[in-house]
Amino acid sequence: MAQKKSQHEHVVVPDNAFAHRVRKKTGENVFQCYQCLKCSTGCPMAHAMDILPHQLIKEVQLGLREEVISSRTIWVCASCLTCSVRCPNKIDIARVMDGLRQMAHARKGRLGDELVPLFHETFLRSIRGRGRVYEIGMLMNYKFKTKQLFRDIGLGWRMFRKGKIRLLPSRVKKTKEIKDLFNKFRGV
Amino acid sequence: MMFTYYPGCSLHGTAREFGESLQGICKALEVELHELEDWNCCGASSGHALNEKLSIALAARNLIIAERDERDILVPCAACYHRMKVAHKTLQQGFDRTMGEHYSGRNHVVLAMDLFSDRDILARIAERVVKPLKDLRVVCYYGCLTVRPPDLTEVKDHEYPQHMERLMGQLGAEPLPWSYKTDCCGGGLSLSRPETTDRLIRTLYEGALEAGAEAFVVGCPLCQVNIEARQAEIVREMGKGFSLPAFYFTELIGLALAIKGAEGWLKRHMVDPIFLLRSKGLL
Repeated sequence: MAQKKSQHEHVVVPDNAFAHRVRKKTGENVFQCYQCLKCSTGCPMAHAMDILPHQLIKEVQLGLREEVISSRTIWVCASCLTCSVRCPNKIDIARVMDGLRQMAHARKGRLGDELVPLFHETFLRSIRGRGRVYEIGMLMNYKFKTKQLFRDIGLGWRMFRKGKIRLLPSRVKKTKEIKDLFNKFRGV
Repeated sequence: MMFTYYPGCSLHGTAREFGESLQGICKALEVELHELEDWNCCGASSGHALNEKLSIALAARNLIIAERDERDILVPCAACYHRMKVAHKTLQQGFDRTMGEHYSGRNHVVLAMDLFSDRDILARIAERVVKPLKDLRVVCYYGCLTVRPPDLTEVKDHEYPQHMERLMGQLGAEPLPWSYKTDCCGGGLSLSRPETTDRLIRTLYEGALEAGAEAFVVGCPLCQVNIEARQAEIVREMGKGFSLPAFYFTELIGLALAIKGAEGWLKRHMVDPIFLLRSKGLL
């Protein structure tokens, strides 16, 4: 553990084991970061994050695993890749975000955001069953789980009237192939 | 010209008009589409958030089926396109012992927006424009995954792309310069965290107004639905009286080529574009 809590509450002892795990998972070496802040200044979702992208990379460098894994940042990252293409030292930051999200989700502890991961799970379950996403079914399911059945209901009605909501789901013929992929790769 | 066509889930639902207009213009421009046999969802963008291998496997299954034929794969949705390109690269590097071990990667994954802004097809379009989109002032909105990351998309000017503008120019429309063409719309987060993504749509809306645009032009179903569906509330909050429609570039090609059925596509928009087009004499 990188954090020693005994008498000095805020003393951080760097430990690069976590950064190596991140590298193994994503192929990205966070030690290439020299804190230029280009990722954070260009990030469209920075306003919703608890740790800015450059801070998150620094925390991975230091080995502050818990802070990173339980952050809201990893879930509100929109995967727009702006940071990845602008990083002057070629760290694919969005890839690091993906790796961290996957680690956070796999460990089954408290997550930094509830709604986003729940949405992803619902989305993947929809694919698991039919091989394709059935938009309205998936959304109803999500709204039911989050107890927000009436949020955006007017929007849903307008979409229905415009013929944008398909009432019957479309599915692949060989649904077993899809289930096998989920079982093999341990998806939701 | 012949392609294997991968529609993806949203072209069967919220982006029906994208699918219908794409098929309409392909027919008119002699681009033959063969829908991919038993295609499945590419997993975007939830797959790669939770499970790396599964996200590759879902997109890979489609690519492996598509290898039965020797045709490039045409993908309209930017999110699908990105996942297919990632899977294409991963399969070639060796993904899994039981999946895609014989994958040759000879078929290319092509984004519909790239196909229709390619020089050869632009010339073909120019020959067939019968109703130029005169005086239609638009901002071209690329969003993220049609241009990023450039090592996968091969878009050189990914911070300020111009290919959709060239297409719009060819159709007789007036593409306006603006600064937000590769900003993010929030993607799938608009469903789980709309309060955070509304801010992004507001920036796009204000940028488009400032540029003097009457409409957006897009090439991604997520961008389109986010822009049109979320605008009403933003406009209300701002006290401004009107929303701007977001056309799929395929719809505008269809209008300029006077393809039958265009009104049917346009009726599906959440922000009604019919009045605008009638006032320009384009419908």
